[in-house]
Amino acid sequence: MRAPISWLREFVDVPADVTYEQVHAALVRVGLEEEDVHTFDLTGPIVVGQVLAFEDEPQSNGKTIRWCQVDVGEEEPRGIVCGAHNFVVGDKVVVSLPGAVLPGPTALEPFAIAARKTYGHVSDGMIASARELGLGEEHDGILRLAALGLDPEVGANAILLLGLDDFAVEVNVTPDRGYALSIRGIAREYANSTGAAFRDPALAVTPVDVTGFPVSIDDDAPIRGRAGASVFMTRVVRGVDATRPTPAWMVARLTLAGIRSISLAVDITNYVMLELGQPLHAYDLDKLAGGISVRRARAGEKITTLDDKVRELNAEDLLITDGSGPIGIAGVMGGATTEMGEGSTNVLIEAANFDPVSIARSARRHKLPSEASRRFERGVDPKVAAPAAARAVQLLVELGGGTADDLGSMLDDSVAPESLALSEEFVTRLIGVEFSADEVTDSLTAVGAVVEAADDGWLVTPPTWRPDLTDAATLAEEVARIVGYDRIPSVLPVAPPGRGLSREQRLRRAAASSLAAGGLTEVLAYPFVSREQNDTFGAPTSGGVAAVKLANPLDPDAAWMRTSLWPGLIGIARRNLSRGLNDLALFEVGTVFRPVAGRAYGSGPLPIGSERPSDEVLEALRASIPPQPWHVGGLFAGDAVTKQPGQAAVPHGLADAIAAARQLAATVAAPLTIVTGSHQALHPGRTAELRVGETTVGFAGELLPTLAAELDLPRVVALFEVDLDLLLELAAKEVAPAPIASLPAATQDVSLVVAETVPAGDLLALLVEGAGELLEHATLVDDYRGAGIPQGSKSLTYALRFRAPDRTLTAAEATEAKNAAVALAATRVGATLRE
Amino acid sequence: MVTRTSALNSDLVSEPTEITETAVNVAMEAAVSAIAAAATMAELKAVRSAHVGENSELARFNAKLKDVAASDRAQAGKLVGQARARVTQSLAERESELAVAEEAARLEAEAVDVTAVASRWRAGARHPLSLLMEHMSDIFVGMGWEVAEGPELENEWFNFDALNFDEDHPARAMQDTFFVDPVESHLVLRTHTSPVQIRSLLERPLPVYVVAPGRVFRTDELDATHTPVFHQIEGIAIDKGLTMAHLRGTLEHLARSLFGEGAEIRLRPNYFPFTEPSAEMDVWQPNAKGGARWVEWGGCGMVNRNVLRAAGIDPDEYQGFAFGMGIERTLQFRNDMNDMRDMVEGDIRFSQQFGMVV
Repeated sequence: MRAPISWLREFVDVPADVTYEQVHAALVRVGLEEEDVHTFDLTGPIVVGQVLAFEDEPQSNGKTIRWCQVDVGEEEPRGIVCGAHNFVVGDKVVVSLPGAVLPGPTALEPFAIAARKTYGHVSDGMIASARELGLGEEHDGILRLAALGLDPEVGANAILLLGLDDFAVEVNVTPDRGYALSIRGIAREYANSTGAAFRDPALAVTPVDVTGFPVSIDDDAPIRGRAGASVFMTRVVRGVDATRPTPAWMVARLTLAGIRSISLAVDITNYVMLELGQPLHAYDLDKLAGGISVRRARAGEKITTLDDKVRELNAEDLLITDGSGPIGIAGVMGGATTEMGEGSTNVLIEAANFDPVSIARSARRHKLPSEASRRFERGVDPKVAAPAAARAVQLLVELGGGTADDLGSMLDDSVAPESLALSEEFVTRLIGVEFSADEVTDSLTAVGAVVEAADDGWLVTPPTWRPDLTDAATLAEEVARIVGYDRIPSVLPVAPPGRGLSREQRLRRAAASSLAAGGLTEVLAYPFVSREQNDTFGAPTSGGVAAVKLANPLDPDAAWMRTSLWPGLIGIARRNLSRGLNDLALFEVGTVFRPVAGRAYGSGPLPIGSERPSDEVLEALRASIPPQPWHVGGLFAGDAVTKQPGQAAVPHGLADAIAAARQLAATVAAPLTIVTGSHQALHPGRTAELRVGETTVGFAGELLPTLAAELDLPRVVALFEVDLDLLLELAAKEVAPAPIASLPAATQDVSLVVAETVPAGDLLALLVEGAGELLEHATLVDDYRGAGIPQGSKSLTYALRFRAPDRTLTAAEATEAKNAAVALAATRVGATLRE
Repeated sequence: MVTRTSALNSDLVSEPTEITETAVNVAMEAAVSAIAAAATMAELKAVRSAHVGENSELARFNAKLKDVAASDRAQAGKLVGQARARVTQSLAERESELAVAEEAARLEAEAVDVTAVASRWRAGARHPLSLLMEHMSDIFVGMGWEVAEGPELENEWFNFDALNFDEDHPARAMQDTFFVDPVESHLVLRTHTSPVQIRSLLERPLPVYVVAPGRVFRTDELDATHTPVFHQIEGIAIDKGLTMAHLRGTLEHLARSLFGEGAEIRLRPNYFPFTEPSAEMDVWQPNAKGGARWVEWGGCGMVNRNVLRAAGIDPDEYQGFAFGMGIERTLQFRNDMNDMRDMVEGDIRFSQQFGMVV
């Protein structure tokens, strides 16, 4: 809401030399947050001039310019070149003299006026259009002051004449305080903040009794039990001269308030709406067919609205109708058939109060948010309708030359606000400040409430413009707000002893720190992906993956929630690569969205918010969302170790992805095994399935090279992804360590010849199984193929470390265990001891 | 000397001279000189063999002692023994000198340009948003609060209804919500971490003191100050007798932990459906680059009685406060960053400036 300062001054005392910072500071204190300030951004000299003579001079570029002699109140007239032709000799105009500065196309490019040579003359200033002065969009010709009904003295300061020295503060009005979408409301809050005297503009006009215009509210389908309209006032003014100009002061105020001047009648309805917060509508009385009925739309009904668009109506739309059918969508937009036109003389003013929900839904449905709907959605004071109608009549008479008629209607079914009990200690108990009884009653009176003493406190009747004051807590807020939040002291509460982070929280942090310590950089990708990305990366085999789709994605190509961290990591890798950062080791710890295929999620109509649903309903709500496990994923590209003096480059690859997965598992003490795996997005010969026991917890591998090429990635990109929730579930909750034996170990190497197809990890597992408890540690140290080994076979060498907890092992015991291991390997995979 | 050594070596079988004081001294002097002259361990080894070894002159004197007349034997033995001791001592001294010299030479040879050694490790980094979220959580854990979590894809009831957002309330349209398809499923990407409040109140025994850090979503296009995916930390405390004064005290403690001892909290009236009274909070940032200043930080207030009712809590018995702030915004003004895009793009140069510290 923008409030021009000259307008505020009509209703509240504002110091003459006040700055916008001071006004903002006062309003922020009472909860109207500062948004902006608006000025006309003009610097004089800008004066009234009178055209004494001109000559039209055709130019070689096809234009005809006017060489004018303009009296600006100096001894000699000034010669000014003008491109417009909409004036005659004798017209008074606005002249910007050299030295003046007008607003430019942007705030950074002000338009400085100087005497300059143009079209063969020295133009000693500029005759301004309305747009050049910031007074609306009119730019077809220059501004003729007669058109504004002005006949000022030549040489007078046009900035003051046109109200262009005014400024407006813009504040953010929260949805609970619709009354502040008016000068009336802002003035009241300025008074509440500063203690300045407030004069209610709603009391400045006296509504007169009118009758005879038939109006009915026939709502046969109230939304949520509330009738669509509670108040419907109409007033008639006859003989309005619709061609009369809107006075300059009104144009200036409307402009500062962000509303374009259109015509006198429309400007007046907007002006009164801004002043009092009551949206008004002006009908051409002569185009109305009989009286008005307010009702819901019927199936198939249509209306042509003021913007000349035909709109299909919904049965929930509240309509203003006359004998001809719909003439307006209530509170949203009027119809074209009864619109005020140039020839309109008899005006019917409507000041109604519509149900916020009904208006909000219609405005949203028709995508027609308007100044009127914004106010109705937030609640309009039902008792300001009559004063607003009266004020509009007053202005139409005063400025439009009309005559007030006693035809009209005064329908008012509005319900008076309920009185609220407020106990003496309630406010203090909630706010934590010892307020005096006077502070409580004075604050509530200041916001317009009627406060009466009652047992143990007060009975408070909120004003009609505060539908948000519905319980004691809302009243407490008013007291705290008016007295000032600065009074609230600072007290640190003592929480009961806590249990620290949960195991999952601790291990999630540990996992991230461990990977970072291992040289990976954490990234946080957006979780939005394409369907194709989910289908490719979200499941090891083709055939698609169940996923969640957004109804209103920012990017239609990324309308799905990720089922894997890989698309995000790949996107970030591509960005880094495009910036010349080629050696990448990235990881993300984040959630993925994994609906179970075939299961429906979501819930039907929701329970009301202000009471606890039953356990069954709560359980259903909790179960209505798909699983969202935490995953850890990583990506490697480029070199792990770059080429340096005495150091060859070590390129990233599968080894890094597996090492990272192992590091992750070791960090959370989960026993990870690596087995040969298969994943549609990974290199068929370089894919590891990551398991804990028999459960797959993730994959590590190199991105399928054809995919890498499609994605403009280097041929070797290694990836891993682990379901961290699952990993933590499978890991020991508490580590039970084996005792550490300190007696000497016996170490032996064993070389076994097996078929090339036997994975070294499988053979290792067999050795471990076969050697029994004495084998403490085993690791692969060599893989040899070639001379001495049959074609199609390989020789794998493992270093074995044997130890007994209770005695020094003899070489014979170690050899016996080794032989048992070899024997098992021989039986299971045909391994032979290499001689 | 070398020549003499060679002569001695080549003359291994020649008969030794008589054991005379002169002869012994000559042999000893020769040995000592040769030891002193050895420039390397290898030379010293040769000298040792020539002058102390079995075939050395002194060894032969020693061997000949048995042939010396008994009356002279003690005298001769002493003579030879002293000479041999002297030579052994010289040898040991020279050996230790040469060892020191050779180690020094080796160290010199092993010197490298430390500014050019190969780097085989790579420094990783956490993301500063994660670090800041953890840091802020830890401040509360230090006060006995616990860290609560909830789903990012949430049922509307938890995101709106239970938080006193009426289905037609303008505030609900205000939120720029991502809806899950179909919209009738009533599933959304949570627009704030507040649904964790209601889940915590439903699940935990009273009193409740929790913070909920996490990722939230709004349909804003990415620019220097907006991102559709961002992070918040939200706190809620429900107990007997909590007031707005406790809210201010809690926020002030958080502010001082994050921004230094001089930090302060300013509250301004505002509106949120889930709190009443509601406030916008500003923080006085005493150490801001460019001078101390007030910065808009987040929203807060006393938990709306309807929210307590939604969780089955009697608002006449229990009351409390809630607050929330953006992590991106906090990082932005705390660490003096201009462009939010750096936080979301994943450029490794950004995170690597932080290491494990924010």
